[in-house]
Formats: sequence, structure tokens, C-alpha cells
Amino acid sequence: MATPAEAQSWDLVIEPPKGWFRLHLRDLWRYRDLMGLFVRRDFVAVYKQTILGPLWHVIQPLLTTLMFTVVFGRIAGLPTDGVPQFAFYMAGTTVWGYFANCLTRTSNTFIANAGIFGKVYFPRMVVPVSVVMSQLIAFAVQFAFFLAVYGFFRFRGAPVQPNWAIGLLPLLLLLMAGLGLGFGILVSSLTTKYRDLQVLVGFGVQLWMYATPVIYPLSTMPEKYRWLIAANPMSAIVETFRYGFFGTGTFSWTYLGYSAGFTLALLLLGMAVFNRVERTFMDTV
Amino acid sequence: MPSVISIENVCKSYRLGTIGRGTLREDLQSWWHRLRGRPDPNLRLDQAHLPVEGHTLWALQNVSLDVEQGEVLGVIGRNGAGKSTLLKILSRVTAPSSGRIRVKGRVASLLEVGTGFHPELTGRENVFLNGAILGMTKAEVTRKFDEIVAFSEIEDFIDTPVKRYSSGMYVRLAFAVAAHLDPEILVVDEVLAVGDAAFQKKCVGKMGAVAKGGRTVLFVSHNMQAVSQITTRAVVLDRGTVAFQGLPAEAIAHYMTQSRGTGGGPGEYVAPPKPAAPAYVERARVVTAGPGNVHFWGQPLAIELDVRVREPQSNLCLGIQIVDDMDRPIIYTWLYNQVCAPGLHRFECALPKLRLYMGGYSLNLWLADWRGNAQLENVRNVCSFEVDMHAHPREYAFRAGECSYLEDFTWAPPKPLA
Repeated sequence: MATPAEAQSWDLVIEPPKGWFRLHLRDLWRYRDLMGLFVRRDFVAVYKQTILGPLWHVIQPLLTTLMFTVVFGRIAGLPTDGVPQFAFYMAGTTVWGYFANCLTRTSNTFIANAGIFGKVYFPRMVVPVSVVMSQLIAFAVQFAFFLAVYGFFRFRGAPVQPNWAIGLLPLLLLLMAGLGLGFGILVSSLTTKYRDLQVLVGFGVQLWMYATPVIYPLSTMPEKYRWLIAANPMSAIVETFRYGFFGTGTFSWTYLGYSAGFTLALLLLGMAVFNRVERTFMDTV
Repeated sequence: MPSVISIENVCKSYRLGTIGRGTLREDLQSWWHRLRGRPDPNLRLDQAHLPVEGHTLWALQNVSLDVEQGEVLGVIGRNGAGKSTLLKILSRVTAPSSGRIRVKGRVASLLEVGTGFHPELTGRENVFLNGAILGMTKAEVTRKFDEIVAFSEIEDFIDTPVKRYSSGMYVRLAFAVAAHLDPEILVVDEVLAVGDAAFQKKCVGKMGAVAKGGRTVLFVSHNMQAVSQITTRAVVLDRGTVAFQGLPAEAIAHYMTQSRGTGGGPGEYVAPPKPAAPAYVERARVVTAGPGNVHFWGQPLAIELDVRVREPQSNLCLGIQIVDDMDRPIIYTWLYNQVCAPGLHRFECALPKLRLYMGGYSLNLWLADWRGNAQLENVRNVCSFEVDMHAHPREYAFRAGECSYLEDFTWAPPKPLA
């Protein structure tokens, strides 16, 4: 038997996976340089050898917004609570885009990185967390663009009135990052065994968007079905964002609190499953 | 010397059968059938008779090992003996099923160099990225940056994207990063196969320097020459257990005799059933000139390979390497771009005048898909045979090790020149 003094002198003990909540947060901190480099790589490498470079971050939401304005605004004639259609849809796509990108780009963590995970150890969580952070930079670019559009409409005297809820923006970002990350790592853990989910994520996120008040305000929903949309944790986030900037729409601490609770629970579940899978996924992938 | 790695009763099992499946529907179907006491419709028929334990492959079984500080430990063994699994567990790529490994100091593994290199990034950016992936902080990389670049000998191209590098430059840069990790324990797997001869020499030198500095090296290789040259102690793994540990020369001898005995008689190799392989060598045999797998110098020798093809092959390639007792390659022969329908195919290679020098030899076999650029199989050290020189008496006896290959020769009678 090893004496306590002897036992302490080992730096690392490798054992079979035990327990669900060994989150290695200190390890994650130790690898913060790697996280920074991954963020840089994701941001820089994508736009090498492209003409427009980071401009793509603006072009994508711009075209989506234009299309929404034409299809849902002009042709379908969906109401936007009196907010100029272009600004309304831009707010929706900017917010939704961050969440959707966080989810889809973390959902293939294990499969996409199997090559590198199979060679070296570092806390696997570094990868999805760095994705969420690099998406935050993309969001910042899009958000700046949104502010420009927003300023333009306000200057033109559109009936949009910012209010105190703008201050909740950091919280909204945190919730979206948590939701996207939580779902993403949960899906990525399950795809190591079931590849079906990979296919599902792509169009699942699209369907989810229609179940979220992105292209319509929550207020157009009949009172009877409103709870259905509100059960979706993204609804309160999108609504609160628009409420803060436009002064229209629904704001409710209950809905937002529900989103926060949902996010926390999902994140814990996702991390537990992720940590369980990361120890042995090389055997099943 | 205190031990820096203590491996206690480590086991690693892989579940067979569950790997090949992978859709939620099938798993639910199996579960539903089991629930109703019906046979599992997704079970492979050839496994249906096996008990549940039969689905488990033990890659490592109760492996216990202590590695002392400053040691260069060689790990040798045939394919599938558990070498890679052990290294993967040590470098925390996968977890053991049971048992415990305790380690003192930082472990760095060179399971493959260049991990995480991004083609679009420059050499400089990749040095930082790769260093961080291998566990260095930014400050550490910055401190060693000049040294790394100097070691890789690509100073002029350090700000060029690595996709523009030649493969040699790429590997040199990658190895340079890894070589400057300065871990207490370095795990190396076959990296010596990369780069030109001069660079390999540099790498071996670096490994020696690491060991001299009081650090520990674990070296896994098929290259017996490298093992005998570098290591101070070696371990032979066989079917997931430690079959031998001791001096490198003794371990190599153990390994070579052990690999002689593979399935079938000597001179013959019979593969274990491989249900998943698209094509594999089911049986291989050397037909020697003399009985008992003894070959006579200069006589014809034939090598028969029976290849089982499951999926149609349009570019099947075979390679046969004849290696000597020290695993040094002597002869290589190949056949490219064979079109094979599913079934069993016999390939026969005739060497009309095999002039190997006396000693023990065996075969390494390769099977590859040329178009798909994929190695299908690599079987090492099978079909051993002896070469005997008795049929060619000379004035004094032939001695082992004089040469590897004895060519036909004639000497002209001496001519007086002056």
C-alpha cells in the first residue's frame, strides 16, 4: 500500500471514467492560451483567400434580412408591431444567428475533431467554448451593423424607442451562448454513437427558428397558444432584445427567468454527458 | 531510480458489434426486441452463438509496468498486441476500463506530429497553435520560438502558410515543436519514419538528449534497429499482456521468435477471421527450396498469398518485404492495380534465384487500395524461413552476419600488370 506521502507525489492519476461531474474547470483555465488560439484560428483561417473576408459576417445577415423583408414583410404581410420591417427582421436574424451558429458549430465537436482528439489530450471543452467565443466576435460585427441600421431608422423618425431593457443584452448573450453550447455539446456527445442527429441539427435549427418569434412578434400569437411559443427558451430572449431596442413586444421576467433556468439545466446536463463521453469517445467514433 | 510511471493492472476492453452499428433506430429496435425476449435482429449472425462476453475484445489485460526516471523504454509487439492502446491511455486520449496509471511529471506524446496544423495559417501561427495543443503556454512557445525554428531549418518560410510547404518541411516544423516540449516523460510512436536521413539522425540525437537530461522516454516502434540503438530496456507486448521485459537485445530476440510462431506451421501464416475487413490476407506461405522451411542460396523461392476479398477491389496492391532477424528490410516486391471480385484469390510471387545470405528471415505483407490511397492490411513478421549455405561449400565456413545478400560473382584470374 502506498503511504499518503507517496500518494501525493504523483502528478496525474489515470483511471476509468467515474462520476458525471468532474468538469476539470481548472484544466480548462490552464489551457486558456489554446482557447485564444482556437478563436483566432476560427476567425482568421476562414477568411484567408476570400476577397470579401470578414465582410461576409455582414453580408449573410443582410441578405437574410432582405429576403425576410420581401417574403414575410411584403408578400405575406406579417405584422411587425409598427417597427420598420427591415429593422425588425434584422434584429431577429442578428440574435437568432448567434444562437444558431453556436449550436450548429459546437454540435460536431467530436466528429470534426476526431483526428486531433485521437492524438493529444487537452480538455475537450476547450473546442466548443472557443467556438462560442469566436461566434461572439462575429456577433459583435453583425451587431455593429444592426446598430447602424437602427440608428438610420431612428434618425428617419421611425417609431422605435430604446429603453432600460437594452442593459439586459449581456445577459441575453450569456443565455444564448449557454443554450447553444448546451445543446451543441449534448448533440455532439450523442453523435459519437448516433450519426442521425448530425442530419437533424441542420434543419432542426431552421424549424426551431419558425417556432421562435424571429419573423413575427409574439404579440400576434393568439393568447391561447402563446404559452406554446413561450415554452421555447429562445422566445423570451428574442422578444427581450426587440423590447429593449424598439420598445415594442412582450417583456416578462417570468419568461426570461424560465429561459435562464432552462439554460442552466441544459448546460449542466450537456456538460455532464460531454465529460462522460470525452473519456472514451475514441472507442466508438 | 524512482519510478515515474506506475501502471497497475490496466485493462482495456472494446465492445465488438456495437461499433459497426450506429443509428438510433437500430439501437431502439434491438432494445425493443430484447425487451420482448426476442432475438436481437441487429446481431451479426456469426456472433449470435457467442455469450455476451464474446463481444468484448481485451486490448490490454492486467498490464503492470514500472518505468524509472531517465529510462528509455522500448515497447515492441506485433500489430494488435496493445502497444497503441497503452500509449493512447498514457496520453489520455482514451480511458482504461479498469486499473490505474500514476504519472509523475508532464507527459507529452508524439503519437503523430503536426496534430492540429492548419493549412491556411503560417508556420509561425502554427507553431503557437500546435505548441498550445501539446500543452505549452504562449509564454513558453515565445521563449523557445527561435530554437524551434532553427531546429526545423525553415527560417525563410516561417511566415508562409503551411499549405505551401513541402511534406518534408511540414514534418520538420511539426517535429521541431514537439521536440521542444521539454516534458518529463516523452511518448514516441514511430516518428522516426519521417524526414530524410540527416533529420532522422537529429531526432534520435534529440531523444538521447532528452533521456540524458534525466527525463524518461517511452518508445514504441516496429523498427528493431532503432529500438536496439536507443532504448535501455524493452517490453514485449503480446495479445494485451506483458510477455517479456528486460534488455533490448533479449526483448528483440523474444519478439522475433514469438512472431515466428504465428498461426499455421512455421513458414505459413493463417489469419484469424476478420469479419470487417474489405480484403485481407487469409493465408500466406513461403515455398522454400528445401524441406522444413529451409531455403538454399540461389535456388527458386515462391511466396503464395491467398487474399480474401469481400468488397470488389479495382486497384488492389500487394507488397511483400523480406526482413532479416533484426527486422532490417532486404528485399521488396510488389504487384499493383489488381482487379478482384469478391472471393478468395491466390497470388504467387516467384523469386527465381533468391540469393539471401544464411540466417533467419520473415515477411512483412501489405495490402492497399491504390485508388483509395488506403492501407487495408499490414501483417508483420510472418512466414519465417531459414537460408542455408551448405549447398555451396567454400574453402572456409560461412559465418553469420558477413552480409545480408550474396550476389553471384566471378573473379577474373590475376593478370600480371608489370
